[in-house]
Amino acid sequence: MSDRITVAKTYKLYIGGKFPRSESGRSYPVTDAKGTFLANAAQGSRKDARDAVSAARKAFAGWSGTTAYNRGQVLYRVAEVLEGRREQFIAEVATSEGVPAKKAQSLVDTAIDRWVWYAGWTDKIAAVLGSSNPVAGPYFSFSTPEPTGVVAVLAPQQSSLLGLISVIAPVIASGNTCVVITSQDRPLPAITLSEVLATSDVPGGVVNIITGRTAEIAPWLASHGDVNALDLTGAPESIRADLERSAAGTVKRVLRNKQNEDFAATPDMSRLRAYLETKTVWHPMGV
Amino acid sequence: MAAPTTLPSALADAVRDESSLRRFLHGLPGVDQVGVEQRAAGLGTRSIKKASKLYAIDLAISMVDLTTLEGADTHGKVRSLAAKAKRPDPERPGVPKVAAVCVYPDMVKTAADDLVGTGINVASVATAFPSGRSTMDIKLADTRFAVEQGAAEVDMVIDRGAFLSGRYGQVFEEIVKIKQACGDAHLKVILETGELVTYDNVRRASWLALLAGGDFIKTSTGKVQPAATLPVTHVMLQAVRDWKDQTGELRGVKPAGGIRTTKDAIKYLVAVHEVAGPEWLDPNLFRFGASTLLNDLLMQRRTQLDGHYSGPDYVTVD
Repeated sequence: MSDRITVAKTYKLYIGGKFPRSESGRSYPVTDAKGTFLANAAQGSRKDARDAVSAARKAFAGWSGTTAYNRGQVLYRVAEVLEGRREQFIAEVATSEGVPAKKAQSLVDTAIDRWVWYAGWTDKIAAVLGSSNPVAGPYFSFSTPEPTGVVAVLAPQQSSLLGLISVIAPVIASGNTCVVITSQDRPLPAITLSEVLATSDVPGGVVNIITGRTAEIAPWLASHGDVNALDLTGAPESIRADLERSAAGTVKRVLRNKQNEDFAATPDMSRLRAYLETKTVWHPMGV
Repeated sequence: MAAPTTLPSALADAVRDESSLRRFLHGLPGVDQVGVEQRAAGLGTRSIKKASKLYAIDLAISMVDLTTLEGADTHGKVRSLAAKAKRPDPERPGVPKVAAVCVYPDMVKTAADDLVGTGINVASVATAFPSGRSTMDIKLADTRFAVEQGAAEVDMVIDRGAFLSGRYGQVFEEIVKIKQACGDAHLKVILETGELVTYDNVRRASWLALLAGGDFIKTSTGKVQPAATLPVTHVMLQAVRDWKDQTGELRGVKPAGGIRTTKDAIKYLVAVHEVAGPEWLDPNLFRFGASTLLNDLLMQRRTQLDGHYSGPDYVTVD
């Protein structure tokens, strides 16, 4: 018998819970660290980004309106499905990042643990970041953290899974929805993550994943009037200043973390805090 | 049966009595369903960009019948709608005003008072909208009331039950009488194509409305699904084009319901240009019945001019 021919894949985008082709019809070859062909990925365009923003906006009311407890349950469920795809992730991280299997395994395990870590935060954010404020008057004044809205995330270029999860999980844990531009040259773990999200309980549109050229799509997200925050982690150094400038045009929250962030290190609350607004309520007090 | 205008002999013959009307309507050529759907889909793929798109957006805005037809309508809502009709995007003075504001008869006076001297018409639905299930006297009274209150355009519904059971004469008489009750007001005849089932019926109803003197033929009330679709609008545009060929008169078409995006609106404009002809690209001959479409048009207009995408936070909430 002849050797079996492997099925070469052409992946699609993940927008609004569906897997559409890029509006532009373009795709680009994805290679491993040594340059061997792995698969074709869709090359997203500005219109895909626009569609993704509308999908994220549509999903925002529902996702931010669920109870923190329920959001936590949904995120734990994602971790379960991630665990079920562990072998696939290890293989993809190993080929994408050119690391030995052992190292890839530890990266994937850390990534899943990271997801669980953020899942645990959902119902604790309000307790930690909220407060009841002492005021000089017969009022009960309290502050609660509210999600910012639609967040555009430029995922790290190097860390294809751990970095990706470290930037997505804190955004959605607090009730935001997001549009993610994946690592340009290492998109496969992100595509598999979109398959995980589609088959877990995360409502369509909460996470939208676009593969393609970061420098081509990012400016459209930075200037988009309906995007409320921008994570610059994966932005090329050459366009960072421009992105910040156009983000200022619509007063976005901008997270300026650097490309070389150490994602393996124990995280803190800073990424959760970056996409929260504080709402303070003054309530007249009786006796 | 009385023909409303002097018609060429073939058409005058058609409205002589009920049986000749039936013979005429059933003698109309059948609609090629696959063909019209394919042509509508094909014309929908035209790429309209940059300056042409901006022109199309401004044209579409000037063709909008800004509509609110809810049981929950209040005078305040109608006034805010009238304000929006005058200046759809207050931050951009270059935005054209819309063609008309479309409301229920009891809201006509509120809208008319706010729109005096603006050139924006007040349109009112009448004749027991949306079902049309009432007596002729009530329908006529409904129409007269709307016109007295200041409506310059009346959107009537036909009796679909009578049409579907083949009582064409009754539908014809009704339109003729309502047209008389309208006086100087323009009459738009709502066919409610979603209930007519076949394209052949849409073509017959279009001709029936044109023969009876409707100034506009309108697809739907917006209360029945499917509402306006491209193929149905194609069939109606063909009818007004043929009407012009035979009589020399220009009559209008108004798709209403379900047109929510700029992309959809531009597809309709392409259809108008290709099926009826460029002279129909005019707010006097083509209208969009819509409530949410205007905001999308405004957002797209901003996107074209600002060079970046806009969002719903930058236009007024309806």
